[in-house]
Amino acid sequence: MELVKLTIDGQEVQVPAGTTVLEAAEQLGIHIPRLCHDPDLTAVGACRLCVVEIEGMRNLPASCVTMATDGMVVRTDTPQIIEARKTILELLIANHPLDCLSCEKLGDCKLAEYCYQYGVKKSPFINPEKHSYEVEDNNPFIIRDLNKCILCGRCIRACAEMTCNDIIDFSYRGFKTKVGPFGDTTLAESDCVYCGNCVAVCPTGALTEKQMQGKGRRWEYKRVKTTCPFCGTGCNFDLMVKDGKIAGVTSNPESVVNGKQLCIKGRFGWDFVHSDKRLTSPLVKVDGKFVPVSWDEAFNTIAKRLGEIKEKYGANAFASLSSARCTNEENYLVQKFVRAVMGTNNVDHCART
Amino acid sequence: MAGLATSFGSGAMTNSINEILGAELLFLIGTNTTEAHPVIGYKMKQAKRKGAKLIVVDPRRTELAAEADYWLQIKPGTDIPLLNAIMHVIIKEDLYDKKFIEERTENFEALKQTVEKYTPEYASELCGVPAEDIYAVARLYAKTDKAGIFYTLGITEHVCGTNNVMSIANLAMLTGHIGRESTGVNPLRGQNNVQGACDMGALPNVYPGYQKVTDPAVREKFEKAWGVSLPAEVGLMIPEMFDRANSGEIKAMYILGENPVLTDPNANHIKSGLEKLEFLVVHELFLTETAQYADVVLPAASFAETDGTFTNTERRVQRVRKAIEPIPGRTNWQTIMEMSTRMGYPMHYNSAEEIFNEMASLTPSYQGMSYARIDKNGLQWPCPTPDHPGTKYLHAAAFTRGKGLFQGIDHIPPAELPDEEYPFLLSTGRILFHYNVTTPYSAGINSIWNEEYAEVNPDDASRLGVTTGDKVKVTSRRGEVTTKVQVTDRVPPGVIWMSFHYTESPTNVLTSAAVDPITKTGEYKVCAVKVEKLN
Repeated sequence: MELVKLTIDGQEVQVPAGTTVLEAAEQLGIHIPRLCHDPDLTAVGACRLCVVEIEGMRNLPASCVTMATDGMVVRTDTPQIIEARKTILELLIANHPLDCLSCEKLGDCKLAEYCYQYGVKKSPFINPEKHSYEVEDNNPFIIRDLNKCILCGRCIRACAEMTCNDIIDFSYRGFKTKVGPFGDTTLAESDCVYCGNCVAVCPTGALTEKQMQGKGRRWEYKRVKTTCPFCGTGCNFDLMVKDGKIAGVTSNPESVVNGKQLCIKGRFGWDFVHSDKRLTSPLVKVDGKFVPVSWDEAFNTIAKRLGEIKEKYGANAFASLSSARCTNEENYLVQKFVRAVMGTNNVDHCART
Repeated sequence: MAGLATSFGSGAMTNSINEILGAELLFLIGTNTTEAHPVIGYKMKQAKRKGAKLIVVDPRRTELAAEADYWLQIKPGTDIPLLNAIMHVIIKEDLYDKKFIEERTENFEALKQTVEKYTPEYASELCGVPAEDIYAVARLYAKTDKAGIFYTLGITEHVCGTNNVMSIANLAMLTGHIGRESTGVNPLRGQNNVQGACDMGALPNVYPGYQKVTDPAVREKFEKAWGVSLPAEVGLMIPEMFDRANSGEIKAMYILGENPVLTDPNANHIKSGLEKLEFLVVHELFLTETAQYADVVLPAASFAETDGTFTNTERRVQRVRKAIEPIPGRTNWQTIMEMSTRMGYPMHYNSAEEIFNEMASLTPSYQGMSYARIDKNGLQWPCPTPDHPGTKYLHAAAFTRGKGLFQGIDHIPPAELPDEEYPFLLSTGRILFHYNVTTPYSAGINSIWNEEYAEVNPDDASRLGVTTGDKVKVTSRRGEVTTKVQVTDRVPPGVIWMSFHYTESPTNVLTSAAVDPITKTGEYKVCAVKVEKLN
């Protein structure tokens, strides 16, 4: 592998040829701000926030699409760069609602983070044009507020490059440019499969999880990384937990199998956990009707009846179905129970069905 | 899984999921991956868009079939003639890997003899795939270096499921497409932990790690570890359990987290078996159709309420972490532990991790794993020692069984095919928006997709006088259900396709009682039905 050596903010770094300046800076622990860039998507250099100075180059190139070359000398924090970034942020918020107080994304909004970092409080432009799109919430999963969209195109690339469904793209031109499905319909009227990968990459409050609306601020949640309970792919994600309840699922980029990618079931199907149909107490059938009983009573009934049946008919009159939905630990204990306690090998699960 | 275990010695996905991205050819047979394993489906599409060739064998025009370079629209239940014909071409045109066959396999002559008669022209008559497509696909697969085969229940849920799998193994061995990066035979396992439940010995013939209950040395090891004497004879598989419940030999059952009334074939037979039991314990999240038959129902904790591990389809053991307190007040492992203790066999575990450690100590393929080691990225078995990095792909230097075993396999038609009285072929499967029978309890998902829509070809629809949204009665020799229809050319004429997620349209009342003789897997993919319009 060919290596190139460059200098960023006075520090030397060696990277494989083909590495971008932005990635090379990351290796030195230098975070260059970016809005349209996502390491899992192709780089497009659209937002220009990641501009840097490179000796010998006339303009400020976007570091996410500039390849590192041997001997390159890069500055990431000169006054000129800071001024350029400020202007970009000012232009972005000229047409962005500043209702951050009640924005669902606050705490996880990249636009807010960079405005804070660069001290951009309001746009200096006088009476700029503003969009007033209706917020789209006619599906159960994704809320689209295009007023907060900064046209970075990450969602479009997520749909095209992760899910490979190409449901959304830019439409119209100039100030009227917007992101949407073919024919400028809502997602509900499109062939969207609600994987929510667009939500996972959106840097602002334009795309948010409907299930999480109003449930808590992003920093209040405990994130618990776990493995999806649906199919056999084994995607990982974060359960967003607050006050002992799950409020939603968000992508965890550190997931070895799936990265940020999830499907509708993993991202939005978790709410069966808090279904009001969940059983909360053991039940015993009395005269054909289920009656709630204590755990103690349930265990006593089971021990007595299984004991009697084993005594009367022998171990092989008992059989058990374990579960391909349950954990390894649970399955291990079920087969141990069947073999060591009941004395039979009659244990199976629906591996074959 | 029995098929691959016979051919290779190990019944698991040979490669890793992310190796799909490096494949030059993906050969999909009997897998609707974008709906059943969506994220794996994304990766297949990503590979295709990067230039990989895509071959899809499916009677239905699935999303990937529509994107494929070659979509072979096979008649349901005719995979063996198709695969034999592909191998026929590869042998006839001298495209097979002689070195691999010589060094790594045995019994090649038997295969050669069997596939001799399966000319593409002959197979075409049986499976409906044009002969020229069979030639093209055979050449493409044989000549591509990095080629992976993927299959799911479209292969296994047939009376000849095991034979189907062994035919796939034959094909991969014939061209040496196994034991390399992005190159192998990959059964995509259905449920989140079906691989793990098998690994854990929730099977009637093996202890954890596929150690046979009939092997005295193995039994002795477990007897010593568990401090009891253990039964020597193989137990019953699910269909046998319900047969014996019906005949009165099985008197009591404990069912954890399964709903056979909705998911198993020939549901009426399951129900009558459950009714005859003297005592039934069901341990479940919800009062399911199966739980209704119970004498005692124990409330279960969900994945979010427990620590533990799942093993995914690529053999990766990953952590499940407790996010909230168990809604019923105790985790499932605590419940099983207490049942056991009350039955006079005390179990004492303070955590899921202690259970894992006991299991790993008795399971060679998991022996090198611990919660600390799997914390971040999991580990893929086999992982026999604490310094073993896990196994990305199987059979690299040798097959688990030593030499790969070729077998000559002939066509076995489905047990029940359409006739005058039941003129339609019913095939079943999953849809994207649901997962078996849990997702209907998700409010969001159920608000959009809450009823069955049986797929009917436009030709058949016009004959039946139905349009999308109309209700029909679907009847087989075993039962009847009503469902709405969706008129679509995704299915060929003569085929009806239904999912099985909904209580109101319990499709498995219809499905066949026929099973694969080795695995006892039900033939969900083929049965004969009639369809009548309802007003």
